[in-house]
Amino acid sequence: MGDHHHGPAKGLSRWLFTTNHKDIGTMYLWFSFAMFILGGSFAMIIRAELFQPGMQLVDPAFFNQMTTLHGLVMVFGAIMPSFVGLANWMIPMMIGAPDMALPRMNNWSFWILPPAFLILASTLFMEGGAPAFGWTFYAPLSTTYAPPSVTYFIFSIHVLGLSSIMGSINIIATVMNMRAPGMTYMKMPMFVWTWLITAFLLVAVMPVLAGAVTMMLMDIHFGTSFFSAAGGGDPVLFQHIFWFFGHPEVYIIILPAFGVVSQIIPAFSRKPLFGYDSMVYATAAIAFLSFVVWAHHMYTVGMPVAGELFFMYATMLIAVPTGVKVFNWVSTMWRGAMTFETPMLFAIGFLVLFTIGGFTGLMLSIAPADFQYHDSYFVVAHFHYVMVAGAVFSMSAAVYYWLPKWCGRMYNETMGKTHFWISFIGFNIAFFPQHFVGLAGMPRRIPDYALQFADFNMLSSIGAFIYGASQILFLYNVVATIVAGKPTSEEKTWDGAEGLEWTVATPAPYHTFETPPQVK
Amino acid sequence: MTTQSSTEYEKYYVPEKSKMAICATIGLFLSTYGAASIMNDMTFGDPGVETNSWTIFWVGLFFFSATLFAWFRIAIKENIAGLNSAQLKKSYVLGMFWFIFSEVMFFLAFFGALFYLRNLVGPWLAGEGEGGRMNHLLWEGFEYNWPMSLTPQEAVGGAANQPIANMGSFTSAEKSMAFGEAAAWYLWLPMWNTLVLLSSSVTVHIAHMGILDGNKRKFNLWLGISVVLGMLFVGLQILEYYEAYAHYGLTLNSGIYGSTFFMLTGFHGFHVVMGMTMLLIQWLRSVKGGHFTADDHFGFEASSWYWHFVDVVWVFLFLFVYIL
Repeated sequence: MGDHHHGPAKGLSRWLFTTNHKDIGTMYLWFSFAMFILGGSFAMIIRAELFQPGMQLVDPAFFNQMTTLHGLVMVFGAIMPSFVGLANWMIPMMIGAPDMALPRMNNWSFWILPPAFLILASTLFMEGGAPAFGWTFYAPLSTTYAPPSVTYFIFSIHVLGLSSIMGSINIIATVMNMRAPGMTYMKMPMFVWTWLITAFLLVAVMPVLAGAVTMMLMDIHFGTSFFSAAGGGDPVLFQHIFWFFGHPEVYIIILPAFGVVSQIIPAFSRKPLFGYDSMVYATAAIAFLSFVVWAHHMYTVGMPVAGELFFMYATMLIAVPTGVKVFNWVSTMWRGAMTFETPMLFAIGFLVLFTIGGFTGLMLSIAPADFQYHDSYFVVAHFHYVMVAGAVFSMSAAVYYWLPKWCGRMYNETMGKTHFWISFIGFNIAFFPQHFVGLAGMPRRIPDYALQFADFNMLSSIGAFIYGASQILFLYNVVATIVAGKPTSEEKTWDGAEGLEWTVATPAPYHTFETPPQVK
Repeated sequence: MTTQSSTEYEKYYVPEKSKMAICATIGLFLSTYGAASIMNDMTFGDPGVETNSWTIFWVGLFFFSATLFAWFRIAIKENIAGLNSAQLKKSYVLGMFWFIFSEVMFFLAFFGALFYLRNLVGPWLAGEGEGGRMNHLLWEGFEYNWPMSLTPQEAVGGAANQPIANMGSFTSAEKSMAFGEAAAWYLWLPMWNTLVLLSSSVTVHIAHMGILDGNKRKFNLWLGISVVLGMLFVGLQILEYYEAYAHYGLTLNSGIYGSTFFMLTGFHGFHVVMGMTMLLIQWLRSVKGGHFTADDHFGFEASSWYWHFVDVVWVFLFLFVYIL
């Protein structure tokens, strides 16, 4: 068959039938942004309810549905697909491959996501309401006491898992098999490395999640007793299986973010990444350790003391490779010729705020202290510092960094910087006070609270609204850039940027590297 | 920094746009939505009300299967047309390998549950160790043994007497599936199942050697035998389930012993059916379509890896579910 040196197809069929990694990456990115807005609007409802003590706007059952869906949509709909989209766009260009290894399956991995979220969102309108048992769906809340819509929730999790597994297999095959001649493993950009390791984690733990929801399904409909002590099962078993998936899952979210930051900080420091090899080993070490720390999410369930100690020390060990990474990013900036364009601002914002989130994680890892912190707003503050200021900030950085390469137009720098500062300030107003109310004993997932938490909660809600509004600015800036941004055809948008993606034309042609480049 | 070179790598085949993914999505969406609706009708629905859940499910499943059939057909045709470079073939190999790895992890979740329940939860419920307080507070009188002869619910005198809510009643099996009388060892089905499945792994390997030698007759014969052995295994497994329900009182409701027994063997059986179907299709491709040569038989190779994987899972099942 002949060559096909052609551009994209016209109309809707381009998106429905595409096998092009750039098209698929674009769809992932837009879909994840839509989910980000959806999950964000759930968060706005939560913060509006918590603006003042007492029951204000929604009834408690709906509040629980909002916290549940906010978590699920953000984790599975916004953050994970956004990084898969980034992987689709960037990995083939970074390693000099013509496309992803299995292009048709690539399209399928994307297209099963929208129906899965359609099913999940439709539970809001079902009898008994949407799932209201928290994004961690602990049994027996999610089995004995669950609304009927839980069945749809279970199947949508199955489909999401299928999508992730296929996406990861594709990424592994691409990275292992399609690197250009000379692109050895230890020459790969950090973003590719972090995604390779993330893909291993996904293939390993998504099936375990599938197992967990299957056991739920059987308990609900077919009379098994995995999570019911009356038949000899144990609800805590659910937590063990869930967190065996769940802890690697948080690294699945954060490792690609590490990769993005490891690309951006050297570019704007105009220095190569400090300690590249140690970065690779640290990433691998974090991934390995993520499999042996899961029970630190469940110190209060009544585990044997030996278990508590093991999981405490194993968790603390993760601070070592993570510290290596933070040290390397700071050392990369040390004596660099730094400039502070929007991607760099977000990367530095990531560095500072993620480190705070990491330290609160270290506090939470101390088993005896965790008995105080457990299920309080301190935990909420901790994981939002990691998820939002970690993953979402790095995603914003990535969009600003690569947007000129994607569409051949420059974004508005002033608006980008404004977006950063409003986000940064709004985020900290929203989540920093939650450390204090949490330490003082305010529990999470409750629509009402004691009066002494009123001021901090109002502050927190105001910050959340500011952060939410700043995302509208982000959307506007991106759309304005694509439609009417200043055209640029420079191959290298940023003079300090390194890597194969900056050697191709701007905007990146529909097909890149149809014959592989020679990497020296 | 870079120069274009095409000396080392052949051109990688990037397929034209394809309708397969979107069709498979529609099929998957309908069948999962239908399946969820069927289960909800069953558990929460009003038995008098007619629903179309089954129709949605079957339409979806049919559409999904038809799409997969067309999809594999296209992939096979591309290979026969010589579009697949050695590099592309390696992508398929990697894809299959990591798919099987993900399957291993799926079974690991169920084996992990089995170990946790048997070694920790059972003793705790019976009052031993650090979780032992549960016994005095909730399950007074429960004694633990494996296979469980009396569920905690039965120990306190049924669902009405138990202090916590749950979803129904759990009655223990009258007899377990473990090895029974030594005198009648030849009637113990799991042993025959093990023999059948292990030999089918050997016959698949013989078929593999056959195709590597380019001996199509040998290949077709031994692959056919493997498929028949697979069918025999499934038949014996159906017999075993029948025995469990009819004569052993062992059901999905039989407490945690029944749960783990049926989920582990059930998912394994489902994977055997999948693997057998894969092998059967390879056999039909070889006999009817004349596919496969000594150096191009990945469809068969992938199916045989899958078959060996299913076999290894059975070995662990046999060990931990039936023997220990």
